[in-house]
Amino acid sequence: MSANISATSYKQLEQKSKLKNMLLRWFLYFVLILFASYFIFPLYVMIVTSLKTMPEIRQGNLITWPSQLNFKPWAVAWGGRGYGAGDTFLRPYFWNSIKMVVPAVVASTFIGAMTGYVLTKWRFKGDSWIFLFLLFGCFIPFQAILLPMARTLGVLGISNSILGLVVVHTVYGIPFTTLFFRNYYVSIPNELIKAARIDGAGFFKIFFKILLPISAPIIVVTVIWQFTQIWNDFLFGSTFSFGEAAPIQVALNNMVLSSTSVKEYNVDMASAIIAGFPTLIVYVLAGKYFIRGLTSGAVKG
Amino acid sequence: MITLKVQDLSKNFGSTEVLKKINLEIEEGNFLVLLGPSGCGKSTLLNIIAGLETIDEGTVFIDDYNVSEVEPKDRNIAMVFQSYALYPSMNVKENMVFGLKQSKTSKEKIEEQLKKVSSFLHVDELLNRKPSQLSGGQRQRVAIGRALVREPRIFLFDEPLSNLDAKLRVEMRREIKKLHQTLKTTVVYVTHDQTEAMSLGTNIAIMNHGVIQQYDTPENIYNKPNNTFVADFIGSPSMNLINGQLAKEANNVSFIPEGSNQSGKVSLNNYNFVKSPQESGNDIYFGIRPEHIHYKKTNDTDFEVNLRADLKEYVGHEQIITFNYYSQEILGKFPSTVKIETGQEMKLFFDLSQISVFDKKTNKRI
Repeated sequence: MSANISATSYKQLEQKSKLKNMLLRWFLYFVLILFASYFIFPLYVMIVTSLKTMPEIRQGNLITWPSQLNFKPWAVAWGGRGYGAGDTFLRPYFWNSIKMVVPAVVASTFIGAMTGYVLTKWRFKGDSWIFLFLLFGCFIPFQAILLPMARTLGVLGISNSILGLVVVHTVYGIPFTTLFFRNYYVSIPNELIKAARIDGAGFFKIFFKILLPISAPIIVVTVIWQFTQIWNDFLFGSTFSFGEAAPIQVALNNMVLSSTSVKEYNVDMASAIIAGFPTLIVYVLAGKYFIRGLTSGAVKG
Repeated sequence: MITLKVQDLSKNFGSTEVLKKINLEIEEGNFLVLLGPSGCGKSTLLNIIAGLETIDEGTVFIDDYNVSEVEPKDRNIAMVFQSYALYPSMNVKENMVFGLKQSKTSKEKIEEQLKKVSSFLHVDELLNRKPSQLSGGQRQRVAIGRALVREPRIFLFDEPLSNLDAKLRVEMRREIKKLHQTLKTTVVYVTHDQTEAMSLGTNIAIMNHGVIQQYDTPENIYNKPNNTFVADFIGSPSMNLINGQLAKEANNVSFIPEGSNQSGKVSLNNYNFVKSPQESGNDIYFGIRPEHIHYKKTNDTDFEVNLRADLKEYVGHEQIITFNYYSQEILGKFPSTVKIETGQEMKLFFDLSQISVFDKKTNKRI
């Protein structure tokens, strides 16, 4: 058991492990920087390209800094060139997207919270089946529901409208939002509900006064998730809307792919950045709550 | 006056019978403890009394009113939970008055009640704090306060001390006892801790597998257990149940321990049989608590034996010794000042005035 290791050999061992730790650390940083640049590099290329003039882009130097900062492509992407027909630009579609995303996120989050609340705190016969079917909704490929949904929207008389897209995104969001809220509420002790019932609070009062005020972390998670999903959606937008009712991703596609003249890469890049900007903002503002909400456990009273 | 009455109550969860024909009555001002191992149905019974769980069969009466179909809030009860169940988003004050606000009590009355209760429970300093900023004991106090402000007919406690550490638990136990002494409100209290049950209850209902095994005063439950389950459940260490047979000859009734060949006959002449003793040769358990095995003679009727000490467990103020009694293990409890060596025989005295005898077939007291 007692190996005879002298003080000097301990010193040597210590030196060795120090060296090893240092090398590992350098390796770690190397890998991290490598991965980070893998993600940052395309963004960098997008930004510098959007600030270059077309002649400069044609020289083919992707990564060089623009010789002169040129904001014109951004202005064109946002506001157009100023002539009438055939001039596609993002501004009206950006507001279309906002008008679609905000109600859809609010509605799907609220309905998800309610459903999650019922499925965990007001259990009834067959509730686990309902939850199972809702989960099933998370895994149905989007493409599979396009036709039935188009028909439904037609019958309801809201096809090719922002309202129609709001409905589609709300309905499609409910499985996910329910899943989030159910998993959060399951960790909240049922005794809280019992106490409130004895105190005389009913179904809605318990939800609004007791559960909702402690749901902030999961609300943030759900809002970010839904916002990203709906804002970035192209499939539903392109299928159920066209022309002036289209959301921004559809407009972006039209701008970039259907230009008949020379491809203007700088305008394309600026448009892409504009279209992705709101999600970026949401992540920067609420990202830390996102992680916290995903990992937070029960709220212990 | 009977405050709470439970009649022929049954409850199933799917195919499992959780409660089977429960009957209980409790007089005004009494402290009823529902005691039993986990899964015995005690919490379900409490939830049914509170109205949080539906009834399959039977009735619950509060003050002679059938409340079986009445909403929890209208039953004039208040409940304290194991996890305290304080509303996390509200401060102490809001927590305490939430119930009164729901029942549209006047502002003055709410203020008055809050003042009274918070000073009574010494939580008036904490009124503006959130539950997360309170210690375990303070949370417990607030939870009790939330129940108190409603001035209920019956207090329901669902294992309120289980989440506290050992020291605090003893303190809070005493406070609950004091509370009951001052307010004299009827209490139904669920616990799995026998010390809590014994020290708090005026009546204890011991439950197992959805059946009340014995409903009695703490003294009777300890001294005259109805059956082997109660005998085994109450007391630490639990009662020695020694295998043997009943022997009856002329006017003498006695117990013959298994493997003793008549020589170790213990007289049961002074034992109060429930009914006149059964036939000779019946298999029985001779029940004696470890604390009723003495190392010196205390009563004339004490039964004297010489037993070998096999094992010694020292627990501070006392020691628990395992003896070999005709190859059956029995435990004795002695002050730790008594010098006992393992492996040696010592003279012991069974206190025959404290014994219980059970039928081995039915496990019931005879």
